[in-house]
Amino acid sequence: MSEFAEDSIVVLAEVTPSGELARNMAALIGAASLVGTPVVLVVTPPGAGADVARAAAQVGAAHVLVAESAEVTTLLSVPAADALAAAAELVQPDAILVSNSIEGRDAAARFAARTRSALCVDAIGVARDDEGVLASHSVYGGTYEVTSTATFGAPVITVRQGAIEARASAVAAPVIRSLEVAASGRRAASIDSIEEETQSATTRPELRGAGKVVSGGRGLGSKEKFELVDQLADVLGAAVGASRAAVDAGYVPQSYQVGQTGVSVSPQLYVALGISGAIQHRAGMQTAKTIVAINRDEDAPIFEIADFGVVGDVFTVVPQLIAALRSRA
Amino acid sequence: MKIIVLVKEVPDTYGDRKLSLETGIADRAASEAVLDEIGERSLEVALSFADENPKTDVVVMSMSPESSKATIVKALAMGAASAVHIVDDTLSGADLGLTAEALAAAISRAGFDLVIAGNQSTDGTGGVIPAMVAELLEVPQLTALRSVTIEPDSVGGVRVSDNATLTVSSRLPAVISVTESLPDARFANFKGILAAKKKPYEMISLAELGVQPDNANSARSIMVAVSEAPPRAGGVKIVDQGDAGEKIAEFLIANRVA
Ligand SMILES: Cc1cc2nc3c(=O)[nH]c(=O)nc-3n(C[C@H](O)[C@H](O)[C@H](O)COP(=O)(O)OP(=O)(O)OC[C@H]3O[C@@H](n4cnc5c(N)ncnc54)[C@H](O)[C@@H]3O)c2cc1C
Ligand SMILES: Cc1cc2nc3c(=O)[nH]c(=O)nc-3n(C[C@H](O)[C@H](O)[C@H](O)COP(=O)(O)OP(=O)(O)OC[C@H]3O[C@@H](n4cnc5c(N)ncnc54)[C@H](O)[C@@H]3O)c2cc1C
Repeated sequence: MSEFAEDSIVVLAEVTPSGELARNMAALIGAASLVGTPVVLVVTPPGAGADVARAAAQVGAAHVLVAESAEVTTLLSVPAADALAAAAELVQPDAILVSNSIEGRDAAARFAARTRSALCVDAIGVARDDEGVLASHSVYGGTYEVTSTATFGAPVITVRQGAIEARASAVAAPVIRSLEVAASGRRAASIDSIEEETQSATTRPELRGAGKVVSGGRGLGSKEKFELVDQLADVLGAAVGASRAAVDAGYVPQSYQVGQTGVSVSPQLYVALGISGAIQHRAGMQTAKTIVAINRDEDAPIFEIADFGVVGDVFTVVPQLIAALRSRA
Repeated sequence: MKIIVLVKEVPDTYGDRKLSLETGIADRAASEAVLDEIGERSLEVALSFADENPKTDVVVMSMSPESSKATIVKALAMGAASAVHIVDDTLSGADLGLTAEALAAAISRAGFDLVIAGNQSTDGTGGVIPAMVAELLEVPQLTALRSVTIEPDSVGGVRVSDNATLTVSSRLPAVISVTESLPDARFANFKGILAAKKKPYEMISLAELGVQPDNANSARSIMVAVSEAPPRAGGVKIVDQGDAGEKIAEFLIANRVA
């Protein structure tokens, strides 16, 4: 009998360039635990695997496969795809879950193409029926919900960051073993330098998966004045987002962009400041539970979906809002 | 150098986009079709290299229904030298795997030094086709590039990853994908529009490519359920009378989201 459970789900752990388990792995392992037994694959530079494996057990990995390779920091995607192929071969899982991140998607894409497995991307949920593991997706900016699965074999599912609330409990005595990986010999691009984003000193939540988001648009007028968005976000304990126009104008980095070609968020509260509400922006936020908008233009389309809309100037309304929230805190 | 640019026809994001609730496939009649903006930016990367390097052959390639020819011709009008259009009725509702197999087969058949794709389309938004195609072609992929440098025998750039920014490079042949940080595309001028009509335009079928939609060795992803979310309605809208900040605070507190 195999040492792995019948209902094993292989999870590709995401590791930061400095060798730590990525924070969003609790959600990915949590998702796996909803449909089976998580077997977590950890791919790290030599010597870093044990710590990451223990961190993975903390968030619910009962079984950890460690593949160490010096190439993970010098070659793009191929080392991770090769390790996934070895893990899938060994475990024979019911599904393979990978984060729908830049690195996760590339590894999943290579693995799925190589093994001709079905690839289901950007899942916001996973479930199981008699025939296997299913993925649910929110399509066209949340207008449709679609469920997908594989015609046969284990589906490879990339899971949207911040979409899964389930968490698995910590495993006190995980089975940790090293995984032998046969190199595929595929040519890979080389990584010439890595500049890791320094975690900002603030305690502001990450945009993906945040419970509250305050976003600013072109209406903020300048990078300096965009501060107002940060201030309101901090009073509310919210993450900061932006429209593409605000990103294009250089007020904030691209990673702040909410919408069609940016991040999709589904928070309890979304506050849109000086954002017109173009359809591509709405595609990334219209599934928020409560939407508040402040815009000078009473005809701005954002009001069509706002639960509470204020026709007014952000530079007078927001400071008053901040003061009111502070005085009631 | 031969550069193949992968472009997709998508429903205009400015319009209402609809899925058929029966098949889960995009309802193409429901909205106007356009060349995906990210595909235009990808083409611009190739064309600006070709401007400086006259021996560059820029081919646009798309897998889409026959009706999208007019959209692909627009890429020829912008400056691509020829087009390869994969058309096959059995491709309706193709999943990512089949899309990648078809594109990779057509790319191998055409021959290439560099493939340029968008990082993510605006309709499928899968963001995986470039790496899948690279795997099938057995070449390196450099995805999510926010800047690109093309040399006679190599390609490199800055890649925006999840928690890091990477400088990456590879010898050719390779597949790259670019982000919307790259410049907008040029407009097609009148001369370009006239010239486009005379440029080589090849339509190929899956049989010619030797790709089988139903194939016992390739698992496919299928949709088993589709539902439409109820449309969102607006709520209260007030005009600021000098107390709107207070009013929002009250609303947030009443809704327990302050
Ligand atoms: C393929 C494609 C993908 C796209 N993807 C995205 C995406 O992911 N995300 C995204 O956001 N956009 C995206 N866009 C762009 C989108 O179409 C809009 O151009 C963009 O969202 C506009 O941003 P904005 O609302 O900040 O700017 P504008 O539309 O210029 O709106 C600014 C608003 O601020 C208001 N305003 C000005 N001053 C004040 C003030 N003092 N107080 C209050 N209100 C004020 C104005 O009334 C106006 O409504 C995409 C477009 C395309 C074609
Ligand atoms: C619910 C749903 C319904 C869908 N319905 C349809 C449909 O009716 N018609 C349809 O065409 N697709 C449809 N798709 C997408 C389709 O199944 C394939 O997934 C799609 O062709 C490729 O995926 P993508 O757009 O997500 O690619 P991404 O990986 O996001 O694309 C990245 C880049 O790859 C290149 N590329 C991708 N696809 C093509 C292509 N076909 N030709 C040339 N270059 C390409 C482009 O450069 C693009 O910028 C649907 C997807 C979903 C989730």
